[in-house]
Amino acid sequence: MNYALRDIRHNLGRFAMTCVGLSLLLGVVQSMVGIYRGLVEEALVVARAPAADLWVVEAGTQGPFAEASRIPGDAREAIARIEAIAAAGSLTFQSTEADRGGTRLRLYVVGFERGRPGEPEELVAGRPIVRSHFELIVDRRAGLALGEQIRIGRNAFTVVGLVAGHSASGGDPVAYMTLLDAQRLQFELEPSAARVQAARGAPRTQTDTVNAVVARLMPGEDAADVAAVIARWKHLAAMPQSAQENLLTYSLVDRARRQIGLFTVTLLAVSGVIIALVIYTMTMDKLREIATLKLIGAPNRVIVGLILQQTLAMGIAGWAIGRVIVAFAADLFPRRVALLPADTAGLLVIVVILCLAASAISVRVALRVDPATALGG
Amino acid sequence: MGAASAPLIELRGISKHFGSGDTRVDALRGVSIAIEPATVVGLLGPSGSGKSTLLNVIGCITEPSEGWMKLDGEVVYDGRWLRRNLPRLRLEKIGFIFQFHNLLPFLTAVENVAAVLDLAGERRAAALARAEELLDYLQVGRRKHAKPAKLSGGEAQRVAIARALANRPRIVLADEPTAALDSERAGIVMDLLRKVAIERQTAIVVVTHDEKIYGRLDRIYRLRDGVMQAVEERAPAAP
Repeated sequence: MNYALRDIRHNLGRFAMTCVGLSLLLGVVQSMVGIYRGLVEEALVVARAPAADLWVVEAGTQGPFAEASRIPGDAREAIARIEAIAAAGSLTFQSTEADRGGTRLRLYVVGFERGRPGEPEELVAGRPIVRSHFELIVDRRAGLALGEQIRIGRNAFTVVGLVAGHSASGGDPVAYMTLLDAQRLQFELEPSAARVQAARGAPRTQTDTVNAVVARLMPGEDAADVAAVIARWKHLAAMPQSAQENLLTYSLVDRARRQIGLFTVTLLAVSGVIIALVIYTMTMDKLREIATLKLIGAPNRVIVGLILQQTLAMGIAGWAIGRVIVAFAADLFPRRVALLPADTAGLLVIVVILCLAASAISVRVALRVDPATALGG
Repeated sequence: MGAASAPLIELRGISKHFGSGDTRVDALRGVSIAIEPATVVGLLGPSGSGKSTLLNVIGCITEPSEGWMKLDGEVVYDGRWLRRNLPRLRLEKIGFIFQFHNLLPFLTAVENVAAVLDLAGERRAAALARAEELLDYLQVGRRKHAKPAKLSGGEAQRVAIARALANRPRIVLADEPTAALDSERAGIVMDLLRKVAIERQTAIVVVTHDEKIYGRLDRIYRLRDGVMQAVEERAPAAP
């Protein structure tokens, strides 16, 4: 006879409400884990999008994401001529605010060369950019529709294609435009500022500058070897894709990662305390029944089982309901929430351990109950 | 009454004290009793006289400080417990009836009775069948699927008696079993206990303050300050 289950059924409303409350807390914990994973994924998605083997950036920098990097636009041609390189493409990266019918929309603009590495390939709607100017491919989370026009800098751009899941490490949706448009946006001065510079006799601003060149290698070539060759040019530095990803994960989002990690641990501790308090209260409410069970001969394992099963039922139900809540609420978050099956399973293990630890005090109290307290008024 | 039969409960020189030195309290002092099968005895005495302590000692809940005790043919205490697993001993030999029935609120009447058999390792179907048989015997079978909260005081106490008898114990300890009942229902419960004692050759010990039930007891033990003051043999009317 399962006493835990029968007691739960007897107090189903109370148990369900407790589970719902706990599920909200465990849902927040799962959200935090999902936000952390989303943060890492978002940080990596722009770096992974070109499907490159090698990143070439300004010498002495760890650009283009962790540090600013500027290299001449013709660097791509020099890099493409290296025997081990199969293809190369120039890229620019820039955060900007677009004007969308009077409201401001933050975008992370990536400038690319058509037909070269860096061009967005998996569109979910629309078509690739075919004109040299003023066409845009944006992540659908920007909320822009195909054919819609927005003003970026001094020009109006038309949305011709949509991609999904392309966000910058800051969470801004990515907008792809031609390299030429992106270079003008990033490096060309406003006319009034250009006039002032010209009046001062300053040389005209060079706009054929890019932030990085990405390259794909010939089969069998080693990225580290090619990076060493490029580094000999002194004005350039190169790093394999894996190094770029490590940099993004452990440098760019490291503080956010630790912050979220600490917050998640705090929430888990709070969950543990709440589970312990709830179970303790439930145990205290049942002391007479526990004393009666002990008096009529129930061994300790029955008493321990009663408490542990209820604690685990509460924890697992809270975890499961929390998982469902997160699954439905993930799209409502302004930033990506990516809950991986391994994380979900890991959290379940943590919840189970937490439940076992949280029930320790209650088990101790229950085992110390004197059967004699069942007697008398 | 089986006065000639071997006692089911036999205590010799049982003492129990709590604390030591200036704070020492002697709850029981050299108590010796013998209770035979088919006997309903009453433990009487003012508050603090040692009734509950004596009941707890017989119930193997409280360890005596000294003495010797034999339950249902087995010496269970001789200066120390001779059994390590006392819950198992209680499960096998003793049934308990409480002042406020103490039925588990999350189980139905029949499950409350079957719980004892379940704890003893009996199969579920057999446990439920035995529980139903006992509820029928105690004329409360029609309420077998009711939770304790839905039972009247008299019904709940009958279910509690059924639970006490579920494991076929030869010894039943009842702590103020009629305190929460009116005199009519108290009489019915005591008649039931007498019937059980006679039909099942059980020794029943009742702690009570309820003078109305004295007439249904075979013997009365009077305790004062932990000392057995008097033993009165009575001849109750048949139930």
